Amino acid sequence: MLPLQTSKTIASMEESIAELRETFRTGTTKSVSWRKKQLRALLDLVNENEDSIFHALDQDLGKSRVESYRDEIGIIKKSASYSLSCLDKWMAPKKGDLPLLFFPAKAEVMPEPLGVVLIFSSWNFPITVALDPLIGAISAGNTVLLKPSELAPACMSFLTQTIPRYLDNKAIKVIGGGADVGKRLLELKWDKIFFTGSPRVGRLVLTAAAKYLTPVTLELGGKCPAIVDNTLSNPSKAKVTAKRIVGGKWGPCTGQACIAIDYVLVEEKLASTLIETVKKYIKIFYGDNLKELKSISRIVNQQQFQRLVNLLKDPHVAASVVYGGSVDEEKLVIEPTILLDPPLDSEIMNEEIFGPLLPIITLKNIEESIEFINSKPNPLVIYAFTENETFKKRILSETSSGSVTFNDSMVQFICESLPFGGVGQSGFGRYHGKYSFDTFSHEKSVLHRAFYPELEPRYPPWTNFKLAFLRLAYALDYFGLILLMSGFRKS
Amino acid sequence: MPLKLTLPHRHYRRRRSFRPKKSQNNVNHVMASEEEKKAVFDTESAKEVVKELRASFAAGKTKSYEWRSTQLNAMLKMMEENEPQIVAALRDDLSKPELESSIYEVAMVKSSCRVALKKLKHWIMPEKAKTSLITFPSSAEIVSEPLGVVLVISAWNYPFLLSLDPVIGAIAAGNAVVLKPSEIAPATSSLLARLAADYLDRSCIKVVEGAVPETSALLEQKWDKILYTGNGRIARIVMAAAAKHLTPVVLELGGKCPVIVDSDINLQVATRRIIAGKWGCNNGQACISPDYIITTKSCAQTLVDSFKCELERFYGKNPFESKDLSRIVNFNHFARLSKLLDEDKVSSKIIHGGERDEENLRIAPTILLDVPQDSLIMTEEIFGPLLPIILVDKVEDSFDVINSSGTKPLAAYLFTNNKKLKEKFVATVSAGGLVVNDTTVHLAEHTLPFGGVGDSGMGAYHGKFSFDTFSHKKAVLYRGFACDAFVRYPPYSRGKLRLLEALFNGSFFGIIRALLGWFKS
Repeated sequence: MLPLQTSKTIASMEESIAELRETFRTGTTKSVSWRKKQLRALLDLVNENEDSIFHALDQDLGKSRVESYRDEIGIIKKSASYSLSCLDKWMAPKKGDLPLLFFPAKAEVMPEPLGVVLIFSSWNFPITVALDPLIGAISAGNTVLLKPSELAPACMSFLTQTIPRYLDNKAIKVIGGGADVGKRLLELKWDKIFFTGSPRVGRLVLTAAAKYLTPVTLELGGKCPAIVDNTLSNPSKAKVTAKRIVGGKWGPCTGQACIAIDYVLVEEKLASTLIETVKKYIKIFYGDNLKELKSISRIVNQQQFQRLVNLLKDPHVAASVVYGGSVDEEKLVIEPTILLDPPLDSEIMNEEIFGPLLPIITLKNIEESIEFINSKPNPLVIYAFTENETFKKRILSETSSGSVTFNDSMVQFICESLPFGGVGQSGFGRYHGKYSFDTFSHEKSVLHRAFYPELEPRYPPWTNFKLAFLRLAYALDYFGLILLMSGFRKS
Repeated sequence: MPLKLTLPHRHYRRRRSFRPKKSQNNVNHVMASEEEKKAVFDTESAKEVVKELRASFAAGKTKSYEWRSTQLNAMLKMMEENEPQIVAALRDDLSKPELESSIYEVAMVKSSCRVALKKLKHWIMPEKAKTSLITFPSSAEIVSEPLGVVLVISAWNYPFLLSLDPVIGAIAAGNAVVLKPSEIAPATSSLLARLAADYLDRSCIKVVEGAVPETSALLEQKWDKILYTGNGRIARIVMAAAAKHLTPVVLELGGKCPVIVDSDINLQVATRRIIAGKWGCNNGQACISPDYIITTKSCAQTLVDSFKCELERFYGKNPFESKDLSRIVNFNHFARLSKLLDEDKVSSKIIHGGERDEENLRIAPTILLDVPQDSLIMTEEIFGPLLPIILVDKVEDSFDVINSSGTKPLAAYLFTNNKKLKEKFVATVSAGGLVVNDTTVHLAEHTLPFGGVGDSGMGAYHGKFSFDTFSHKKAVLYRGFACDAFVRYPPYSRGKLRLLEALFNGSFFGIIRALLGWFKS
């Protein structure tokens, strides 16, 4: 028996979806003016409610204002502005080339909205991962139901209360609630589902989508490695590398990010240099110890906190901690922790960490990192700090990941021209920039033909001449066709 | 727990008059007879096949340009050297006329190989991507990489084309492939298995024959992509199986492809093109065949007369004597189509044809006029030589008829000279692809993506779209060590916040103001 609140939510859910379908049917969302109006309204929403967003992110995750702006507000503003400026271009049909044989004819590929789409967002970037796909769905002309994660309740509350004040309620809806609401949503028919979260739930979403043949985009995660080679021998590059590793691990939601660095691979002889430089920047960025920790998020809830603490319980893993390891259960804080060579069969080295624990794995030769990475499922990103062009090429051609970033971390997320998405266990489909528009569109091919000229050989009764004609036509052998028609070539 | 595909028993009933020829060469087949299939190819066999292909892929065999072009050239040669056998197998399975086999199967596969060979170097090259001020200095590109080991499950109606066209895409993109042809076209399945083993790299490209048990065994395995061509019911099973392994799928399904016929057009040309797309394409057993017509009451009679005239011109007075029509594939489909015709509210609407020859699995080109929209023939995909005509008062009402079905077809067609009607058609009708003033020809154009939407499928292929569908587009960002933006790192401050805001806005003045403010504080 579902709780009353949930029953009410589910009843109104079905009404909401019916309304979304009806709105889509009227064609309102297809016009460029409607889409631009919604995108501008979304920009207003973010601009006029920055403080509320900062507050909600602080409540849910302890995010500082700079982190919240850099990873959430700024991203959404940039994404909405970019979509506004490109929308006319994206909506325009693309001309297709046709061979002479089709003359006179015209071909084009027209993007059209899919219809009513469902977006599930995650708790770690509760604003970005909710609103960025929403921007794509709106740009493509769909109606949308957004289900934010209940594990970030302040942000979910902010979205459910604020979105209806700014956006077209008949076309864009937000629904709160927990896993039972999510489960019920999956029993219904959608024209697209966009899911950000774990592979386990990704499987459930995809299985549910199969009932209605609903296309899905899955943005999952994985263990994103960072390879560091002998650029560490250069002190200034070592500093930059360490800063970017620290920034790429603990900067985004204290490691609770699909693109956060999960673990580092480094040659044995350079491990201590790396560890010392990383420690130095941890202290500068976040403070010397647990009590003085600042500018860093907290763990989202007790369940995730326990999961991370349990990763350190294995005595061999605990023995490999070389920095940090202290925890504050009340405040749900774990200090930045470095481990050196924990056992490769431990859970910390086989599950996505999604937290502030950084294993450093040493290798005899950095080239072994390729085999190491390939022994694990495809990650969302591979980071490699190297200036060796041959090594870069090897990494690109011998590993598979959603994306690769050389000599930095995280920043690929803000490049609109790069598709953002996984492969294999890290997901499929992609978004950001035009890829968001495409992911929520159907590319409809359109061929316009004329009544004249008519090609008689298309029609039965079949003869050898017609067969010869069509063979030449399909091979686009125009000269052969001329010879055949003029009798110089036998059929 | 093994995945079970369950199909009604009738799917396995042998055709009475047509037995597939036994394959000449058993050596390289995965299996030969039905009994052997059950014994030979189970979950363990499927695991072994995938294991072998994964090893080949991991060894890098399929990634080089040389391997891909060698395989594509081999496939081209395979089609060139075996056309008579292919035509014979298609005649065996479908009584497909020689011209349809030579053109819509052989010539199209060859054309697809040639396009891939010509463009492959260009397709493989990384695509440059722009970067912005916020990541300055940097460069970016998108690299196409193969997905790995892919599964292609093909259909019975164009058994060569729908098997090899996706395989061409998979090979061009550098994958290892398993092809599972349809058991409903056994002669072509058998021939495909033999030819693939003889011409293509067996360590990377395999054909697995069989029916439900074999397909189920394959679907239990982990694939990096599955491309399925067929019907919606099996597609759901395929997608559910794929979900367990988070495998992306392309589903090429079908639907009821409508044809709207307006007035004031060259009716003869329109009728001929509809006939070519309907009975000229495997006797209506094609996913993009016109399924039904919508026209105005005032045009109906002249349209019907034109059809009757052209049908006789193409197939003679007695179409059962014409060599230019495929037969119905098997008794199961014959019975299904008969049922559509025998429905009470439909049988009286037959105005042309309707003759049936069960022994030879033939149904004459049949036209029905003004059938009720709630009849079976108007709710299920026909996939056969029956053409209902629906009548409306105004031609614009056609759009409501199409959209009220609640499903999106693979293709939709319109015959008109009215520019506004064309515009409304393109804007209002959602389908995989649209053609104005013709039918089905968009399939042959490799620059157009071929695929469905909604119930007609997801994903697309042909030409470069095939290459893309079997590739992962990996984003690559190159950064250097210079110009490390301090604003990214803690300790955070109001000044850094302002600078970040300015950077995100891409505003030079904003950046300068923020910097000045930061230096001041």
